[in-house]
Amino acid sequence: MLHVNSISKTYHSKAALSDISLTVQPGESIGVIGESGSGKSTLGKIILGLEKPEQGDVHFRGSNLHTLKGQALKASRRHLQIVFQDPAGSLNPKLLVWKSVVEPLENFPDVIPSFLKEVRHDRKKMAEVLFQKVGLSSELLERYPHQLSGGQKQRIAVARGISLEPDLLVCDEPTSSLDVSVQAQVLNLLKKLQRDLNLSLLFISHDIAAVQFMCERIVVLKEGLAVDSFLTEDLFSESRHPYTRLLVEMSMEQEYK
Amino acid sequence: MNIQMPRINRIPFFFKNQNLLIQWGIIFFLIITLITLIGPFIVPNDPLTANMSERLAPPSSTYPLGTDHMGRCIFSRLIVGAQSTLGITALVVATVAIIGIPIGLVIGYIGGRLDTVFMRVADGILALPEFILAIAIAGFLGPSLTNLMISIVFVKWIAYTRVVRSIVITERNKDYVQAAKVGGSSSWKIIRRHMFPQIVSPVLVLATLDIGKVILTISSLSYLGLGAQPPAPEWGAMLNDGRPYFQSAPELMIYPGLAIFFVVLAFNLMGEGLRDKWDVKSR
Repeated sequence: MLHVNSISKTYHSKAALSDISLTVQPGESIGVIGESGSGKSTLGKIILGLEKPEQGDVHFRGSNLHTLKGQALKASRRHLQIVFQDPAGSLNPKLLVWKSVVEPLENFPDVIPSFLKEVRHDRKKMAEVLFQKVGLSSELLERYPHQLSGGQKQRIAVARGISLEPDLLVCDEPTSSLDVSVQAQVLNLLKKLQRDLNLSLLFISHDIAAVQFMCERIVVLKEGLAVDSFLTEDLFSESRHPYTRLLVEMSMEQEYK
Repeated sequence: MNIQMPRINRIPFFFKNQNLLIQWGIIFFLIITLITLIGPFIVPNDPLTANMSERLAPPSSTYPLGTDHMGRCIFSRLIVGAQSTLGITALVVATVAIIGIPIGLVIGYIGGRLDTVFMRVADGILALPEFILAIAIAGFLGPSLTNLMISIVFVKWIAYTRVVRSIVITERNKDYVQAAKVGGSSSWKIIRRHMFPQIVSPVLVLATLDIGKVILTISSLSYLGLGAQPPAPEWGAMLNDGRPYFQSAPELMIYPGLAIFFVVLAFNLMGEGLRDKWDVKSR
């Protein structure tokens, strides 16, 4: 469904990504691990069509994402959504949260997601259903982002991400700005939604435990290079790249501290 | 939170509460608006009728503030003058906002070469001092209030464009804008729905503070003879009229001067108050 073919991107003459390829099948979840500065967020932005790669191309549902323009680009975005790292920044502080949630649905009046069939005519009701789907009380509809906790905001961002029933949801460090207890809740929510809606996930994170929990396959990025790529069950195998083993050891140490 | 704040007694009571600043400003503002709107119907004398036998008369029951060098009622001229001074100011600030805000929104959001070209043009205009430009325009088109307005608008819109543009530039790269883009929102929708609400309060503050400045500009240009033309009552022009008599009859300059002072003060109080109220960082 998504094919990333050896893309490269440089920032200020420093390579952010070099020669990255990956494939995501329908319903599959892929983890991208790397430390900060490894280019993983850039990869997410390129896949979303927010930035252009200098070399290589991204094929999504059979068309080259970066040659699409106007209506065609908009049409493929309907299948491609995102959840950002910082829920405080990803919601407009001056907009009631339910309006942020239904904004994509306003832009695609023809799209009728399976879970919104009965309420598609009513923006407020759609927001209510979406809030239920991410486990939020409908009392929170009429709030502004600063009146909500980080976890609640991130659930709202997730609700917006799934509102169009996309094929692929890119999650760019969706839990790293949340408390540990809330992290688990949001991960469980994402996992449940992925199963219910048959979503493909591209899960970008530096948290190995989270990626291990969420994903079937893992790609390890280091300084813009994909150094390792494997099935999650092989995470502890001897054949792992030394850098992957280093990351695993570091996360273990943190856990036992 | 139940933290007891120590009382600070050295600050006078009316400055301690920021909201009081706005309240005073708004009270002044309402009084001024009321005077401007109903003033012309309640003035005791016709502001334009000269009566040479009564020139420079002291205050009396007929002339509450006395008469000027032409025997015209100063009180009536002040009240009617408020309409031209404040009316023009309101018109100038509104025009400037209507021109400056959309340009700022669009060039800030689109950025790139359009932004560069526009801002260089703006820098070019700003390099000309407002006063010199007003004098030049008056020289070309003749001195009148309309031409005065044109010259102020010509320079002032840039300030609004700048403020709006800089806010849009910081906002447009935030995640919520990216999310809106991914969600299929058009640039127009993003500007309308996401950018516009961010600029409303700063622009209101700027406009309120600007009203004071524009009043001063209009009055000072009228004082120089480039704005309102005699015998029209306008505060700056009244100051100019009173100038030759300053030693013998200072009230000719004192009253319009005080009027300008209070109106500018009122708008500045209101502007400062609104800025404190809306500036999230200072809260």
